[in-house]
Parts: sequence; C-alpha cells; structure tokens
Amino acid sequence: MAKSKNNMAYDKFEVLTSTAYPLPIENVDTDQIIPARFLKATERKGFGDNFFRDWRYDSEGNPIADFPLNDKKHEGSKILVGGKNFGSGSSREHAAWSVYDFGLRCVISSFFADIFRNNCLNIGVLPVQVSADFAQKLFDAIEADPKTDIKVDLPNQTVTLLSTGESESFDINGYKKGNMLNGFDDIDYLQNMKEEVRAFAETRPF
Amino acid sequence: MSKTLFDKVWDSHVVRKIEDGPDVFFIDRHFIHEVTSPVAFVGLKQRGIGVMYPERTFATADHNTPTWDQHLPVADPLSANQLEALANNAAEYGISHWGLGHRNNGIVHIVGPENGITLPGSTIVCGDSHTSTHGAFGAIAFGIGTSEVEMVLSTQCIMQPKPKKMRINVNGELGFGVTPKDVALYIISQQTTSGATGYFVEYAGDVFENMSMEGRMTVCNLSIEMGARGGMIAPDEKTFEYIKGRKHTPKGADWDKAMAYWKTLKTDDDAEFDVEFNYNAANIEPMITYGTNPGMGMGVTQSIPMAEDVQGGVATYKKSLGYMKFNEGDDMIGKQVDYVFLGSCTNGRIEDFRAFCSIVEGRQKADNITAWLVPGSHKVVDQIKEEGLDKILEEAGFVLREPGCSACLAMNDDKVPAGKLAVSTSNRNFEGRQGPGSRTLLASPLVAAATAVEGVVTDPRTLIKVTA
Repeated sequence: MAKSKNNMAYDKFEVLTSTAYPLPIENVDTDQIIPARFLKATERKGFGDNFFRDWRYDSEGNPIADFPLNDKKHEGSKILVGGKNFGSGSSREHAAWSVYDFGLRCVISSFFADIFRNNCLNIGVLPVQVSADFAQKLFDAIEADPKTDIKVDLPNQTVTLLSTGESESFDINGYKKGNMLNGFDDIDYLQNMKEEVRAFAETRPF
Repeated sequence: MSKTLFDKVWDSHVVRKIEDGPDVFFIDRHFIHEVTSPVAFVGLKQRGIGVMYPERTFATADHNTPTWDQHLPVADPLSANQLEALANNAAEYGISHWGLGHRNNGIVHIVGPENGITLPGSTIVCGDSHTSTHGAFGAIAFGIGTSEVEMVLSTQCIMQPKPKKMRINVNGELGFGVTPKDVALYIISQQTTSGATGYFVEYAGDVFENMSMEGRMTVCNLSIEMGARGGMIAPDEKTFEYIKGRKHTPKGADWDKAMAYWKTLKTDDDAEFDVEFNYNAANIEPMITYGTNPGMGMGVTQSIPMAEDVQGGVATYKKSLGYMKFNEGDDMIGKQVDYVFLGSCTNGRIEDFRAFCSIVEGRQKADNITAWLVPGSHKVVDQIKEEGLDKILEEAGFVLREPGCSACLAMNDDKVPAGKLAVSTSNRNFEGRQGPGSRTLLASPLVAAATAVEGVVTDPRTLIKVTA
C-alpha cells in the first residue's frame, strides 16, 4: 500500500514499552484536557503546551509541582493511565492532538467517552480499555514505583505490567488496528472509494 | 425484519460495511464552524484533494464570536484569524457561509433547523458534540472530530461502527414549572455522565410527543451529556409543520415524496433495543446541578447528596464539590449567585426567551446579578422583538446581546470570573467551562429567570403567576 499522503499522518504503532503518568480521576472531560480558550489555532501545532492547562498551572501560570503531569518522577512517559470515563464532553479533536503533542502515544482507562476514543484512533494515539481491576493495579504499581514499565502490544492486543507479568487483552477492531500498525488513516481508505460514494449519493433524496 | 427508527435511518446511509471494522457512512448535511474546521482544510490542501459536495456543507461563525458590537472588527486577533479562515475556506471551495453579521448567522444548531437544512431521516454531522440537537427532527445527528470533518469534506462519508440502541420512555404529566431542560437534566442525573456511552438514544413517550420542537431540540441536544452519541425523536405532524416552507426544505412534488418517506420513520412495534429505561414525568422537578459534570443534578429544592450515597469514586466526588466550594448536604435554594446566562444551543431559542420573560415580567433584575441574555440567532432576535419580549426585558433591567455561543464555552469575552457562581441555561458545568475558575449551575430558563430577579438560587414555582 502507498504511504499516506497526509503530512500529519502519525508514526506506526506496534509495541510500546514505557513508564506512565497516573491520573486516577473519573470523568475527565475534554475541557480539562484542553480548555476552550486554547482552541484558537488554525494549524495543528502547539497544543501540548496547554494539555491539562488549568490542572498543571495555577492562576498565576506557575506549574503545580505535584500534579502528575508535572511530576519529574513521571517525566518522559509515553503512556497516560486515566480514571473511568476519560475524555467526556466536547468533540474537540484538539484534546487528542494535545495528548499526542505532549508526547503520549497511548491512553489507558477502564472506560472511554466515544468521540475522544475515535479522535485518538484517527490521529495515532492508542486508547486501551482495560478492566477497572487492572486499571487499579496499574495505578498501584505506578504509585509504588514511578519507573515501572507498562508494555502495550498492539499486534497481540495485550497490555502488561512488566514488574509482575500481569497482563490483560484489549479490544480494537481489525480495520482500526491495521491503520494503527501501518500509520494509515480513514481518509486514505475513503479516497479509494469515491466512485462508490458517488453512485450512492445519486440515490439520496436530499 | 422489525427496525427501530435509528436502524431505518442508519441502515439507509451505509455505503459499505467493512468486515471487523466500521461502516462507511454517508452524510447528507454537514455543518462547519470556525473552531473545528480550519485544520481540516489544511489537511485537504496538504493532500491535494478537494471538497466532493460543497452544496452539502454549511458554514456559520458562532463559537468565538463577540456578542456585543458585532459590526466592529473582532478585537481578538486569534478569533479574527479563525473567522477569516472560515470565510476564506468557504469562498475557496464554494461552501455557503453565514459569517458574523449575516442575517442567517447564529449558533450552528439553531440556524440549521431554522433554515430547513435539518430534515427527518437525514444524517447530519458537525465538529461539535451538540450536533445531537438535530435528532429532534428524526435525523441521525452527532458530533465528530476534525479528522472526520476532513473526511466529510473530501468524500461526504465518515467511518463509524453502528452504536447500540437505547430507548428512554418518559410518560405522564409534567408538573408545573417543569421544562424540557428539566426533563433532560433529570434523565442525565439518572443515567450519570457516562451511562449512555456507546448508545444512540430514542426518546419516546407522551412527554416528548407533547413537547414543542424547541423542547425536543433541548432534550436531544443534551444526549451527549450522558455519553450518548446522539438522541432522536420520531418525526410527527409537529415536525412537518415546523420544517414546511423553510429555506432549504423540499418544495412541491419533492415535499410530497419526502413526506411519504418521513411518515415511515418510526420504530416498528416489535423492534428491539439493547436497553430501555422508563421514567415517570411526575417525579421530575425543576432541576439544578451542583457539581462539575451534568450528571450531578437534582431537584432544585433538594440538598447535595452525601458522598457515600452517590455512584463513582468518593475522591472524584469530593474534588468536584471542593471546586464548587459546596458541602455535602448543602441546600441549593438561597445560594448567592453572581451571573445568569440565558442562551446556547441548549436554551437559546424563542421559547426559552418566552419562558425567561414569563418570570421577569413586572420584576427587576437583582443588583448582585450580571446577566447575559444571548439569543441563538438573528432570527430569534427578530422574533423576540416581534413579540415585544425585548421591552419586557428592558423594563426588568436586562440587556439583550447579539447571537453566538458566548458564555457557554467562553471562547469570546463573555467569561465568568474565577470563583464566581453562575446559573446557566447552557449544557456543561465542567471546571472552568465558563471561564478559568468559574463555577456553573446548569438549569432551565425558568430557574435562571427566578434566580436573576431574586439574586439567589430560586425555585421558579414560587414566582410563577398561576392563572385559573
């Protein structure tokens, strides 16, 4: 298959082993992930700076040192483990962009909001849904040792806590998995079926 | 095979089914606005591809527009830049554009129905989660991300797995002072902020049958606040009456043909849902939220639940109340409020202004209240004036602003200051939603009006004039 023509297309995702930022708060909405006042760009860049802006900085703009995303213990992690119902609210893809721009490639949660999950998949961030028990194990392990590694294996659809070997499998549909493994996106796919779409459009009454 | 309303509309828009993957789903109508579309156009340019059906996309400016002095240049350079990008992209690709100052301009989910773009049995998307509003007409309508905006522009399709189906039935008679907003906030409080995630909802029962189109839009609008991708209501005579003769509605023989189809758009008697809920209208009070998601709502006369009595984690619950500066067990009635916001795609329609006026008529705005009254569109403004509601508001000490999303998400200057408490008819009470540090109580236009004249959270039923 041809490489995507999309200059913004993401790198392939296969196996990721990394430490993780813990954010054990439920119902984290996309207004927290990227507040609306930072949605004013007309290009997709710079969103990482304002990722969780109002939780990372106080009203004077000083970093809040013990907030996990600022905590040096977790610096450089490529995985975020979030609480239940992560990414609810607004459809802003900027939330997924800010995840990516901050340097993350994977978000793990026991439950995701639909649109956020879709947006992540469309831009090369892997949303991994695990059981509530396994999510808790991850939080506990990170708290016990911030340097603990988590391995996310997309081809085998497993997530493993390397320190204990505990592992769980996760769901992803075959089509999206293929896209992630190859760095393709939906637009590449749709571009190749324009004639079929045109024929379909002819049948629409309005 | 028996089908639900949702099945009928969804299945008729599937271009291709991908094995172990999503459906390639055809979109009849696409709305774009200045905040979530510019990057999609950048993507088109980078790939060197065009817009396949520009006549199926409609652009309106709403999210970051000022609600005062709209005839002047937009002061914020970043907002101005986005508005210019929208105008330029629309012009370049031949897309209809209702920019600032255009007589059809307004909030995307208000101007769509007003202009007959929203039709029963159609599929509608927009880079905005409250696109669910259009489900009130029996359309499948939902919010999408910017990558998907680019897909629709370039191929008029997106790739979506078919959601599961939920039906919510509300039957019985609504109490005095209970509005469609209260019905929606009640349902969300029962479902929680994530209870309908993965589902598409059909609202059924006599409460929705008896509801106006404006009320149905308010209910469908809030579907996303319990996690549902969207919600819809079967079209009926009220729906057809509303859309007939509007700018983009089919005319003549096309109308007759469309009507024949639209009349088939209801759930078959023996069709099945993945899950179904029944609520009794008599249990619904005027509602108010007390926390930092729309599921944290209760009757306005009730007190804030104790942490051990709510679903979900105690730490999250306490963090939420801490942000709101409230305590478990607090009464909401009597809490001092600083701001009142009437408007948004949830409650920015004519009926909402009528409801607000029914309370404030002959009364005065409380001195401690800053009120922002923001109609959803220029057409709503016109109707407010036609009905003389502007005079009632003026006499009561209120000022009408110009249309836009405004303080719902505070991308313009309409920001509630840090620490201040607002009663808002909008859709989200997330931390900082109405401005950094702002605290939001979601409620109906009646509760907002009662609070605006009393200066504290007030049960509107204590102020409604009962006529025999």
